[in-house]
Parts: sequence; C-alpha cells; structure tokens
Amino acid sequence: MTFKQMFTSSVGKKLVMGFTGIFLILFLIVHAGLNATIFANDGGLMFNKAGHFMGSNAVPRILEIGLFLGIFLHIYQGYLLTLENKSKRAVGYAVNYDKGSKWYSRSMAILGTLILLFLIAHIYHFWTPSRLGGMGGIKALGEVEHNGVILHNLYAEMDLVFTNPYIVVLYVLACVSLGYHLAHGFQSAFKTIGVHNKKYHTMLTSLGYGFSIFISLLFAIMPISFYFDWIK
Amino acid sequence: MSHTTMNLNLKVWRQKNTKTPGAFEMYRVENISDEMSFLEMMDILNEQLITEGGEPVAFDHDCREGICGMCSMYINGKPHGPWQANTTCQLHMRAFKDNDTIVIEPWRANAFPVIKDLTVDRSAFDRIIQAGGYVSVNTGNAVDGNSLPIEKAKADEAFAAAMCIGCGACVAACKNSSAMLFLSAKVSHLALLPQGGPERKTRVTNMVAQLDKEGFGACTNTGACEAACPKEISIANIARLNKEYIVAGLTSE
Repeated sequence: MTFKQMFTSSVGKKLVMGFTGIFLILFLIVHAGLNATIFANDGGLMFNKAGHFMGSNAVPRILEIGLFLGIFLHIYQGYLLTLENKSKRAVGYAVNYDKGSKWYSRSMAILGTLILLFLIAHIYHFWTPSRLGGMGGIKALGEVEHNGVILHNLYAEMDLVFTNPYIVVLYVLACVSLGYHLAHGFQSAFKTIGVHNKKYHTMLTSLGYGFSIFISLLFAIMPISFYFDWIK
Repeated sequence: MSHTTMNLNLKVWRQKNTKTPGAFEMYRVENISDEMSFLEMMDILNEQLITEGGEPVAFDHDCREGICGMCSMYINGKPHGPWQANTTCQLHMRAFKDNDTIVIEPWRANAFPVIKDLTVDRSAFDRIIQAGGYVSVNTGNAVDGNSLPIEKAKADEAFAAAMCIGCGACVAACKNSSAMLFLSAKVSHLALLPQGGPERKTRVTNMVAQLDKEGFGACTNTGACEAACPKEISIANIARLNKEYIVAGLTSE
C-alpha cells in the first residue's frame, strides 16, 4: 500500500479527519488555557502578555501555520467526504432511519459549517486586527506598555467586541455547536485511528462527553463574563 | 396466548427493473394472523396479486430461519423491521397492530442496485470477500482442537464477528451507505485468529480497495449499522479494521 493509497481510500480519508480532529482538540485546550488568563482579574495584563508572546515568538508563529493547515484539511476533507457519502444513495428512503444514531452524529457537516461561519467572524474580530492591524486599512489594536514592552491591548478589544449582545449570542451558539460537534467527534476520532480496546473505548467515550461539555462551557463563559462585567 | 388477526395497509416499493424508476403502490391484506412471519404475510399478498391477475412483489428469501442473510426489506424506516437483533423472516406480525400502514422499501444504495421491487443486487459483498476474505495459506488437515492454542475470549470475539450473515442491513441503515460494519466483521474474525495472521496486511488492503471500487460510502461512526444489525455485530470491529489498515499502510513494503 502506498501512502497515497493509504490516505485517499475511504478509510484513509477518515484517517485525515481523525488525525486533524485530534490536532484541533489539542489546539482548543491551548486556546482555552491561554484565554482563561482573562480571569486573573488584573485588568487584562496577563492575557495581553500571553497574547504578545503568541504573536511575537517564532515557535507559536510556526505552529500557527500548522494550525491553519490542519483547519483547512479538516474542512476540505469534511466537505469532500460529506458530498461523496451523500452521492452514494441516489434514491433516498421514504422513511428515514434515525433511531439507531444520535442526531448530532448525523449532523457533523452542519455543526461544522456553523463553527466555520463563527470562525470567520472570530478571525475578523481578533486575529486580523492583532496580526495585520494597521496594514491596508485594517483596524489597529490599542496598545499598553508594560515594563517597557509595548503590548497589543487584546483584552480591551474583547471588552469592546463583547458589549454587543448579538455577538455574545453568536459566540455562545457557536460554543453549543462546538459542544455537539465534539460530543461525536472526540470519540469517533479515536475509533477512526484504530482504538478498539474496550477499556480505552469506554474511557474515551466518557472523556469525550466530559471534554465537550467542559470546553464549550469554558469558551461560552468568556464573552458572557465580559458582557456582564464579571471580570475586571 | 390469544390469537388475533389483523387487516393491514401495505405501501410497497414496486420497480420493474434496474433501469426503470420505481414508485410506491398501496395494497390491503386482510385476516393476517399475528403468528405469521412477515414473509408469510408477503406470500399472502402475492397470492392475492396472482389471483387478481397482477404481478407478485419480488423479494429475497431463502432459509426463513434467520441465518442465511438473504431476506432484506426496509420496513417502516428500519432494515429488517422494528425488532432488535432480528431478520425480516423472523419478524412476526404481532409486531404490528390492526389497520397499521406498513412502508416497505428495498435496501437503498448505489452499490446495491434494485433488480426488481424489493430485490437488490448484493454481489458487491461477494466481490469484497473474493478480494481477501479467506485464508489461502495451506493449513493442512483438520487438527486436534487443542493443538491450536487460542484463548476463549479471542475465540468468542472472532466468532461474534463471524456471525455476520452479509445481509447488507448495515449499508441500508447507514446515512453514508457505508459497508464498513460488514467489511470489519470479515476482516476481524480472521485478524483475531492465528490462521488469518500471514495474510492480514494484503487482506485488509485489497478488501478496502474493492469496497471503494464497489461505490460504498465512508464510515462516520454514527452507530446506525450496529443498531440495525440482525446479528449485533459490534461497531468496535470497525475500529479494529482501521487499526489493521493503519498497520498495513505503515508497515507494508
């Protein structure tokens, strides 16, 4: 079997989804961890310092390229698989079989699309002004000085963006989509990469549900906290 | 137990041949005993149709004991009807109530083209088996049972996978028309036993390649196949198939 064959067969395409999925789960942990520094209640100093490190150090900048590649592959392969799978049944059923599986397991493409739409808004809100601010008419972020180092005031930007209740609702809905996407995706990714041992399977399924609830709640509480001024 | 009879409305998919598009037809059958099997009810419908000078409904069946894998039929939105771990031939009419309308459809997947009415062509499964679902190394004469050391748990697991009768309910149930539960059962029962060892890499490679050639979809682990399988083949077999595939992909020449 060549590598091309390995990653382009029906099992191979799923491997790409599984591996990039697990990679994106790891990214979510890093992202949530860094963002949790807003709860330090120090006027956003720790958060802005973390943001400065992520934007100025070579290591996270190089990893960021990998992240964008991973996201692109996951989205591209996801849509490709969805369309291909749909095309395998030209004449559909009069009565659909929906008792044997969970609605969110059957709706990964729709949930993924909702997350993608959110992602576009999210990148526009924070990533573009932070990385490309000041270039070609893109809004530049405010700046704060700490120990002689100029930091982007991402914290103030979050505070500003999340004064808009519609944006807060959009972010919270995206977290709900993410939660359901992960509720299926987490355990499915591990099955896809070949984890079949009963003990791991049981463990990963519970861990998957726990992780989905925890990570989506953690992300959702951030815009809500800014909106209600729970953090200072 | 009291014996009752019922009258039923049947909404049956009729299709002349593979090329002609099909449509649903409504039929009424009366005095159906609740002790009849679903196929016996279909026999009565066909006798009625023949008496009236119509064309009987074509459907697959053979042993009518739930072990051959010939019967199919997607009944009221589930392969093999409403009962769990059951084939259509072993579905009994006590599953239904008087005056119920039962929707009967063929397995629907491009890889399973309709031959006529409720009969579909499942020879794609045969070609997948031909691609590697066997042991071709010479294992000699039948040996004494105790000379092959296989632990009980492994033997049971291999047997549970070998229970697959190849009926195609997994494909019919799957939103992707994926045959992965079938393939994984066929790969697993050999992968778990020493006789399947020498050919394990070529087996999984060739069988997956054949599966793709037949036009089945890819697996998304929704679990519908496992829930519809008359032999309760575990979806864990699909994860084992994936492992076999990865190992073959990474370590083959």
